[in-house]
Amino acid sequence: MARTQPVITGIGVVAPTGIGTQAHWQATIAGKSGIGQITRFDPSRYPVKVAGEVPGYQAKGRVPGRLIPQTDHWTHMGLTAAEDALADAAIDPALLPEFEMAVVTASSSGGTEFGQREIERLWASGPQFVGAYQSIAWFYAATTGQISIRHGMRGPCGVLSCEQAGGLDTLGQARRLLAGDIRMVVAGGTDASLCPYGLSAQLSTGRLSERDDPTGAYLPFDEEADGYVPGEGGAILILERADEAARRGARVYGSVAGYAATFDPPPGSPRPPGLRRVIEQALADAETSPAEVDVVFADATGTQAADHAEAAAISAVFGPRAVPVTAPKTLTGRLYGGGAALDVATALLALGDGVIPATVGTSRLADGIELDLVLDRPRVKPLRTALVLARGYGGFNAAVVLRG
Amino acid sequence: MSQKFTLDELRELMQACAGVEDDIDLSADIDDIEFEELGYDSLAVLEVASHVQRKYSVPMPDECVDYMKTPRLAVEYINEQFAKAGV
Repeated sequence: MARTQPVITGIGVVAPTGIGTQAHWQATIAGKSGIGQITRFDPSRYPVKVAGEVPGYQAKGRVPGRLIPQTDHWTHMGLTAAEDALADAAIDPALLPEFEMAVVTASSSGGTEFGQREIERLWASGPQFVGAYQSIAWFYAATTGQISIRHGMRGPCGVLSCEQAGGLDTLGQARRLLAGDIRMVVAGGTDASLCPYGLSAQLSTGRLSERDDPTGAYLPFDEEADGYVPGEGGAILILERADEAARRGARVYGSVAGYAATFDPPPGSPRPPGLRRVIEQALADAETSPAEVDVVFADATGTQAADHAEAAAISAVFGPRAVPVTAPKTLTGRLYGGGAALDVATALLALGDGVIPATVGTSRLADGIELDLVLDRPRVKPLRTALVLARGYGGFNAAVVLRG
Repeated sequence: MSQKFTLDELRELMQACAGVEDDIDLSADIDDIEFEELGYDSLAVLEVASHVQRKYSVPMPDECVDYMKTPRLAVEYINEQFAKAGV
């Protein structure tokens, strides 16, 4: 086919399930949850008290000393994941032409923790107490920019702010760049907005679970579903042209066989939501029939309405209970800009090992949810093609077809 | 006599508010090494200057970065600002 299918040759993970790809994958297969009581601040006066925090993450030692005070926690994790992803891909950026390397990350909150600290100084002490780094640390593009500067990547760089859909959209943008003169793209994303300011902004959607029990707060597709748990972290992925990866003998996790994005009509519109359409378009883009898809990584928003809408879209394309569906994000919470990137990493690892990780927590599907949801334990099965779905609050839909 | 701002005070501020590159030793003889070579861009110098402004209540205009090219020049500039402010 005419369209290039970029391959993914490097993965870096900083997630509630662990730091490092292997730690994340082992915890995911074991069903070990990273969701617990919020410790980054005292959540006792907030309606949401549990979240997926990255355990034991320290910027010191993983982020250059000069960059730590200049950048937000979310950028620290992005820099760490990018460094790991490049090492995983066995790429030394210093040896590649600087204008042929690009960085495209997703971010839906920017540096809220950093921003909150500076805004507190502004209110408490005055403008002269606001640090100079506020000017660069809290913008959505900060992680992309810092990765670009650190590794000398001067090709087209950008940031996508499409909430949870953004991680998949970075793969779409990477594919566009790789169809041109770009040889390698750092894609994916992280987010980290577990601070009072960040959490308050998230609460405004009304989609967060207010249950205090970490094991019962996020139960997508369950009859008890009550919203989702927020989390921090994400994954960075290295994409290359297939010919370039083959030329240098790179290990390949899989290819981006198809991608599509749609946008929902406004609330109250008679037109249907865009999720079914995005699945159909991504499959068409991949020249793949529904029967060829071995597993679907669901968006799994966790609210009754969104879960029913997603199940309906999947059933409409594949048929009721016709394809295994899973949501390992039940172990991490929703990571926004980092979430779909982490789903892609997990799906690639699943394709490699022939194991579908389970959806943990959900036990009884809500009436009308006609899904073959992989529950309780992983399912071993030869896997060649995975579909990853993501919806971003505000109407974003994205889908990626991965081929192992 | 006007208050004397020292290189050690500058070192402390650089460490505290702008961080240190892993392979840089601020305690070494850094007087005449350009900030850029020490890993401090103009924003980092501005950050250090704004801390001086807050800590000692002396005005540090944005143009200060044009003069503060090395730690020695920064200390000189800051002491001039002290003298102008009558600190």
